[in-house]
Amino acid sequence: MRTAVEIAVSRKSSAMYAGRPHVLLERGWLAFRSSTWIPVVTGFLEPVLFLLAFGYGMGTLIGDVTTGTTTMDYTLFIAPGLLANSAMNGAIYDSTWNVFWKLNESKLYKTMLSTPLGPLDIALGEITWALIRGLVYSLGFLTVVTALGLTPSFWAILAIPAASLVAFGFASFGMAITSFFKTYQQMGFINFVLLPMTLFSGSLYPISVYPDWLERIIMALPLWHGIEMVRAFWFGNISSGVLVHIAYFLVMIATGLFVTSRRLRALFLR
Amino acid sequence: MSKPLISVRGLTKKFGDFTAVDGIDFDVAKGESFGLLGPNGAGKSTTMRILAATSTRTSGTVEILDKDPELFGPLVRAHLGVVPQQDNLDNELTVSENLFIYGRYFGLSKKFIKNKIEELLEFAQLEEKRDVKVEALSGGMKRRLTIARGLVSEPDILLLDEPTTGLDPQARHILWDRLFRLKEQGVTLVLTTHFMDEAEQLCDRLVVMDKGAIMAEGSPAGLIKQYSSKEVLEVRFGSDRNKEVAPQLATMCERMETLPDRLLMYTEDGEALLEKITHAGMHATTSLVRRSSLEDVFLRLTGRTLIE
Ligand SMILES: Nc1ncnc2c1ncn2[C@@H]1O[C@H](COP(=O)(O)OP(=O)(O)OP(=O)(O)O)[C@@H](O)[C@H]1O
Ligand SMILES: [Mg+2]
Repeated sequence: MRTAVEIAVSRKSSAMYAGRPHVLLERGWLAFRSSTWIPVVTGFLEPVLFLLAFGYGMGTLIGDVTTGTTTMDYTLFIAPGLLANSAMNGAIYDSTWNVFWKLNESKLYKTMLSTPLGPLDIALGEITWALIRGLVYSLGFLTVVTALGLTPSFWAILAIPAASLVAFGFASFGMAITSFFKTYQQMGFINFVLLPMTLFSGSLYPISVYPDWLERIIMALPLWHGIEMVRAFWFGNISSGVLVHIAYFLVMIATGLFVTSRRLRALFLR
Repeated sequence: MSKPLISVRGLTKKFGDFTAVDGIDFDVAKGESFGLLGPNGAGKSTTMRILAATSTRTSGTVEILDKDPELFGPLVRAHLGVVPQQDNLDNELTVSENLFIYGRYFGLSKKFIKNKIEELLEFAQLEEKRDVKVEALSGGMKRRLTIARGLVSEPDILLLDEPTTGLDPQARHILWDRLFRLKEQGVTLVLTTHFMDEAEQLCDRLVVMDKGAIMAEGSPAGLIKQYSSKEVLEVRFGSDRNKEVAPQLATMCERMETLPDRLLMYTEDGEALLEKITHAGMHATTSLVRRSSLEDVFLRLTGRTLIE
């Protein structure tokens, strides 16, 4: 049996990291087991409802959509965009409101930082937990879409790693932003940004319909990159443009992790 | 003498312009039980947090097992069992899950923790509550669980910030007994307290803190010997008369403290002094002879009482 000290020494722990982010997942699972399932189910249902309402409702009116040179059924067009949305929703759910509560109400991170865990363990662990929820949401969505016969080919499965990247990015960035918020009013700001981003980022129609300036703003936002990336894999239209989307999310993930761990240190180890 | 386990020099902590800890020095040897005693706001918890590697200092040096806690946070914390002043249990989890996951934060194996949980539930007398969410525990039970949780990792150093606050007398005595046994096993204890009897029972050595500074340092008996007399005669003459008789009484003993409700007369022989007062024609409404305590040391050093 190794002692806590031997373990810490063998891990070459630094001031920021003890090499043990997975214990956050264990804690997440313990707490999740006994929590209510309602928020999980509603979070998952949201994009499914969008798919049904817009795809079968609006879709009947619209018929086909043309982007660039391809023309396709409207429902087919919106499915990958909503998949990206689903990944984002799952990741945001844990990395914002749940994180806010653990930062400010239950002081869970403060307790964790009185053990050998470092701020980077917490940031990585919590973001991974949020990422997993995003992944589960997108897998669920993929299942529904496949059941409805909307998957273009077996290779649409490649959209799942892409959706994971989207979830990872939003989880990381979401936690970083939340770490600056102290009040519920400030938290409301997140929803204020999310709703228009969800509506305008091109999951429901191609953003080429916008005036130039608006198109540029949307193209700077993460959700558009996420939707385009997932869509590219979904339809197997892989071009060099995909690299830009991937790079966008890698930067988002790295920035989020860096800022979150710094903020945790500034908040609880000062 | 071997190198101290904890070594603190010129430790200062400021919050803005306010100095919470003002250049304190102390050492704690391995296996020692060391106390920080002082009134509210003395800087005890601030000092404890710095030792626990969860707070940074403004200036001075701190070494715990030769390591600076600011540079080697996780490593230093691996040696420590921490019981903070305020319970910070995981409210979303049950009693046994709290112990389990805390051990996992230290990287301990699941098998080891499972066995340890049995021992700790017994220690905290919470066997029957093992599957209860901690929200549903009483204040004292939460305190006991927090203390038990601090022992999951079998720490070399135990930092206890007012460990017995909120415990009933029986639970307090049980805890003292357990802490004493840990000390016998070689665990180093650093604790803060408001309770004189606790400090006298548990501490080999202590410092008296006030307004961020150390006023005195020594063993409980040594401090009492140095700063107080063997016995104390407490007399009351009624709130108005206390002041009247005070000047005359002051000449009859080594030293006297005038409190709002009573006079404390320091002497080697309390009974003899009481007789002398009665002979002089003054009749106290109540009187009590007791041994000097750390409370008297504190009063002497700061001119204030510790509790109240
Ligand atoms: N985070 C903080 N920000 C500002 N001031 C602080 C902070 N923490 C402590 N202080 C101040 O530092 C002083 C010492 O506080 P500390 O908690 O160390 O006292 P203490 O000796 O533990 O008192 P108590 O017996 O009440 O627990 C107090 O005046 C307190 O207001
Ligand atoms: Mg305190």
